[in-house]
Amino acid sequence: MGDPINLISQWFNNLLLGWGLAEGLVKVISLAIGAAIVATLGLVTVIALIWVERKIAGRLQDRPGPNRAGPFGLFQPFADMIKIFTKEITTPDGADKVAFNIAPILAMASVLMIWAVVPFAGTVVGANINVGVLYIVAVGSFGIVAVLMAGWSSNNKFALLGAFRAVAQMVSYEVPMVIALLVPVLLARSMGMNDIVAAQTPWFIIIAPLAALIFLITSMAEVGRAPFDLLEAESEIVAGFHTEYSGMGFGMFYVSEFLHVWTVGALIATFFFGGWSGPGAENFPILGILYFYMKTFIGYFLVTWIRLSLPRIRIDQMLAFNWKFLTPLSLVVLIVTAVVDKALEMAGVERWAYALIMLAANLLIGWIVVLILKAVEPNRKRQRVEFEHRPVAVAPKSTDS
Amino acid sequence: MISLTWYLIFAAALFSIGLYGVLARKNAIAILMGIELMLNAVNINLVAFWRYGDLANIAGQAFAVIVFAVAAAEVAVGLALVISLYRRRNTIVAEEIDLMKW
Amino acid sequence: MSGVEIIFIIVAIVTLLAALFVVTTPNLVHAALWLILALFGVAATFVLLNATFLAVVQVVVYIGAIAVLMIFAIMLTRRVMEDSGPQINSNWILAALLGLVLFVGLTFVLINSGAANASLSDLVVDPVEQLGKELVSPNAYVIPFELASVLLLAAMIGSIVIAWKK
Repeated sequence: MGDPINLISQWFNNLLLGWGLAEGLVKVISLAIGAAIVATLGLVTVIALIWVERKIAGRLQDRPGPNRAGPFGLFQPFADMIKIFTKEITTPDGADKVAFNIAPILAMASVLMIWAVVPFAGTVVGANINVGVLYIVAVGSFGIVAVLMAGWSSNNKFALLGAFRAVAQMVSYEVPMVIALLVPVLLARSMGMNDIVAAQTPWFIIIAPLAALIFLITSMAEVGRAPFDLLEAESEIVAGFHTEYSGMGFGMFYVSEFLHVWTVGALIATFFFGGWSGPGAENFPILGILYFYMKTFIGYFLVTWIRLSLPRIRIDQMLAFNWKFLTPLSLVVLIVTAVVDKALEMAGVERWAYALIMLAANLLIGWIVVLILKAVEPNRKRQRVEFEHRPVAVAPKSTDS
Repeated sequence: MISLTWYLIFAAALFSIGLYGVLARKNAIAILMGIELMLNAVNINLVAFWRYGDLANIAGQAFAVIVFAVAAAEVAVGLALVISLYRRRNTIVAEEIDLMKW
Repeated sequence: MSGVEIIFIIVAIVTLLAALFVVTTPNLVHAALWLILALFGVAATFVLLNATFLAVVQVVVYIGAIAVLMIFAIMLTRRVMEDSGPQINSNWILAALLGLVLFVGLTFVLINSGAANASLSDLVVDPVEQLGKELVSPNAYVIPFELASVLLLAAMIGSIVIAWKK
């Protein structure tokens, strides 16, 4: 009881078996339906997210946000959808048609496929594979390929530039992201998503706050949102890799970006905020789904908030920040976590003492990092370009003297 | 059940295609792609032998992991060579890189 | 034919066709995109062989890193990409013949080898756990594992030195 989703799927399977279908076929059918439901759920969530995002953006920028279509502007995303559905889909001259049209589908698929392993509740998970974390990283690489395909096939210089930027950013930020993801894997002693959720007593945000911070920053770079939106910097390269897309082609990139932010929230919730766990979630998986969505929304709100608050960074800052700061920091965090974890395990301390010592170790690393940054910063030469003073208008020198 | 022979023939076909690519292609990057196909064929063989052999012996998978690492290293160095070559000689056609030919 | 066999045949045909396009397409970016499909097919084969870890690593390493690097390199050497004319050299017939002979010979050997008698046993332990333990176990593969990491480091330094713009 308390688990209507598995109950329904059980009932459905029995129904199909009762019709005399083979067992393997029934399994395939129910898996296909499950996949369709998970994918549709993700896409339906985006409809709500577009409204939520615009509303948050409006409030943070001291304006009401969408408020015309329907109560509180709730029907705004539907109006947007109708607009985008009815737009003409154009393919630019000289574009590589097949690659151009596959790219948005691949971009969307790369995000949707992550949801196959995200546990909504203890018993509600698409595929509880034992390499769940690596699977997420692997699926993310399809997103890179999609961006590269879109940029190259558009036959547009801005698109190609955007794709180059995007790939440089995504490939380099994948390194600290994977290393940061190894910390929860190490603490849970498993790469399965459900095992990681089950191992979180207390939540990993307490045991590994630095890893959570690195994961948050790097996943924002993976999504490509401000302050890491160099790949589609409107003021520099039009719209980056999706410059040439119109109608649903653009719509799919747009939706996949929104869904990716939501997915980042879900991953942060799963890895660091205990996923679906909460009071009563063990016995009532429906409660687990509720907790999971609430935690996901917190992560989502955080990413949106940062996006709306910070300006875009330069490309050299982006790369330097990754290679000179995040990657070394994530390596240090991983090594320290591994060593401290092993030492505490051998000492056999209580769980609460373990959590406290881990927290202390993380805070110590953070403190040392701040000290190092403070020591380095004043010595660095300010890269300030001094322009020669140039008056707006100069009177021509009189030649008739 | 899929017979082990199927996997091995599949891998042999992939290997042969890769070999053709290595021998017939002009462009150095395309030759690298052929090498990747051949390495993948080898990996299929290794994993298939693991699956159909003694499961307690994980050597097949361990070798495949090493092959991954070697392939990554090979591509990194290979592409660096190609780019360096392109800067100096303005070509990456394998036949035209013949300074050492006498 | 069972479901698994049908899936295997589809995967094999798609992979081999993609591989054929890799070695025959004149446009190098297309070749790289076909390469991605072929590598994905190999990952699917790993899944069929119950090596999920290797399948995922295949996607991360080959598609996420190697294929993307290759597309990058193709674009950086862009003039070649626009080169018209044949992308295969003059002795391609010999190469094709060699490939064909190799394939036929290998197939002949394989069919007569008794590999068909190899039977599939059930997985009792988690292969991921087993692989992880043996890769760092002093009694098993720790030295190859360490050597691989040294090789990667050497490759990283080497490629930076080679591609350094003077």
